Amino acid sequence: MISLIVYGIIVGCIIALGAIGLTMVYKIVGIANFAHGDFMTLGAYIALVMVSIVLPWVGIPDTRFGPLSFGWRMVIAFPVSMLFVAFIAIFFDKLLYKKLRKKKSNAVILAMSSLGVAFIIRMLILIIWGSDYVFYRPGLLRPALFLPLGIRIRPDEIFIVCTAIFLVVLLHLFLNRTKMGKAMRATSDNPDLALVTGIDTERIISWTWAIGGALTAAGGILYGIDVQLHPGMGWNFLIPIFAATILGSIGNIYGALIGGFVIGIAQEVSTAFLEPTYKLPVAFMIMIIILLVRPEGIFGKE
Amino acid sequence: MHIAGLSSYIVSLIIMAGIYAVLSLGLNIQWGYTGLFNIGIAGFFCIGAYTSAMITTPMPSGIYAKYVHQLFGLNLPFVFGLLGAAIAAGIIAFLIGIPTLRLRDDYLAIATLGIAETIRLIFNNEQWLANGPRGLMGLPQPLHSLVSERNYNYIYIIIVIVIMAIIYLAIEKAIRSPWGRVLRAIREDEGSASMSGKDVFNFKMQSFVFGCMVMGVGGALYAHYTRSITPTVFTPLYGTFIVWIMLMAGGSGNNKGAILGAFVIWGVWVGTKFMTDFLPPYLQSRAPYFRFLIIGIILEFILIYRPQGMIGEEKSVSKLME
Repeated sequence: MISLIVYGIIVGCIIALGAIGLTMVYKIVGIANFAHGDFMTLGAYIALVMVSIVLPWVGIPDTRFGPLSFGWRMVIAFPVSMLFVAFIAIFFDKLLYKKLRKKKSNAVILAMSSLGVAFIIRMLILIIWGSDYVFYRPGLLRPALFLPLGIRIRPDEIFIVCTAIFLVVLLHLFLNRTKMGKAMRATSDNPDLALVTGIDTERIISWTWAIGGALTAAGGILYGIDVQLHPGMGWNFLIPIFAATILGSIGNIYGALIGGFVIGIAQEVSTAFLEPTYKLPVAFMIMIIILLVRPEGIFGKE
Repeated sequence: MHIAGLSSYIVSLIIMAGIYAVLSLGLNIQWGYTGLFNIGIAGFFCIGAYTSAMITTPMPSGIYAKYVHQLFGLNLPFVFGLLGAAIAAGIIAFLIGIPTLRLRDDYLAIATLGIAETIRLIFNNEQWLANGPRGLMGLPQPLHSLVSERNYNYIYIIIVIVIMAIIYLAIEKAIRSPWGRVLRAIREDEGSASMSGKDVFNFKMQSFVFGCMVMGVGGALYAHYTRSITPTVFTPLYGTFIVWIMLMAGGSGNNKGAILGAFVIWGVWVGTKFMTDFLPPYLQSRAPYFRFLIIGIILEFILIYRPQGMIGEEKSVSKLME
């Protein structure tokens, strides 16, 4: 049971990275972004291209850091992929959502458009990489460490938790210490007031997309390191990510973080009683219960 | 291709387009007239198909009982299958409506997406329910004894068209009644509808359940057309996404548009198959993804440049008022 909780925390980190981005986009841009999961998949595949094609070609050696399953190639691929997805997110915003915002389309049309983006990204991934399961480093035995209390954890998984914590701290500092971060929080709290104070809303929106895209791409790469890559991986995370977002109240990044852990742990612990394929319905049921009991989420104001 | 082959091909196209038109009409009640954002069409489609399949087939016996499991098998006529499909989809819709219809529109979307995935996973995992991933086969077809096997589709096309027409007329009738006017009032401005003393939640629920029942009928029509169903058919791509594009393309808020969109987009969908035939051989296995990519791009174009669809909504208030 303890090892299920530990694994839940690891999955929770990945869900949280997705949910933090989603909750920011939801609040600041005003889109229920159904393409968020597919941004995640895209991030994982961009890192795959970097690790398996671009970086070997450049001449980066195929090293490994001690017990971890990756080395310098992944260290370089990681931020590059985050940056790439950040730009893709901004690109779709400028290409589609900005036009829809200008036409004063309602929120549902924007969500519909993002669902279209989700399918477009997934189809491109399927066309380019096919539908097989792939690994960053195939055929590698990845032994687990044995910790007290019967916990088994792979070194990679410790890295996943550390990376997630690092990114969240970075985001926290960005939002609290930089001018752009403060402007984003202001826009999130009160968009009209932010506008009259002279904050450039379009720039804020681009930054929000960039952060959301980058964080979810990081989640995708971490999932790829832990398990494997598959074109449907991000789509399968979409319901848990939304559940975490709603659980932690829309717009609240710390809520999204906690929501991610709650959903992650609940999904993993449920496998003790249910078939593992029912993880997704478990996340869904939690979401429905929250919507019934407290639709504004645990950190929401009545 | 000789004439008989061509005409049977066209018939099969029309049958599928007609089935999708039923789904699109169901969605039109919800989105077109009430503004409900349901992206779990595949779930209700799936429930309808399986319910009708189990109502019309007998319980497997003898050697089959070892290999085929299903919850029940009533061996009743096709009409009962249709009714059962509508009722089952309606019950699920009612249950999912309770927590979500009071909330913001986008919550309904996430919830319906979740229910559709859950339904598919349940049918895929639970052997006892409807034979798991292998699905149900050999479903009966109505009036099958009248013609030879080869020509059966000429009967089924009539059945599909008649049912589509009945649903069309029923929705038109309902939408032009005071009830339909309340739905459109809710779509335009929920606040003022509720200030006029309308129980918004109740009306939304009726619209949602009605729409999902229609989708259930669509599922039943599909099941008895293909005669075999597996959970893999009812994915968000084939079950939900394409129906949305049909309605958006045709014109949401217009039942003729819903039908027209279904036929046009189904035509485009089939047409893209001919296009992908020109792909180099090593890309052939990825042809379906190209086709969906095209469909997705069409959706984005419609949303930006022609959100009202090919034929927009008719602004008719009542048949008594010009």
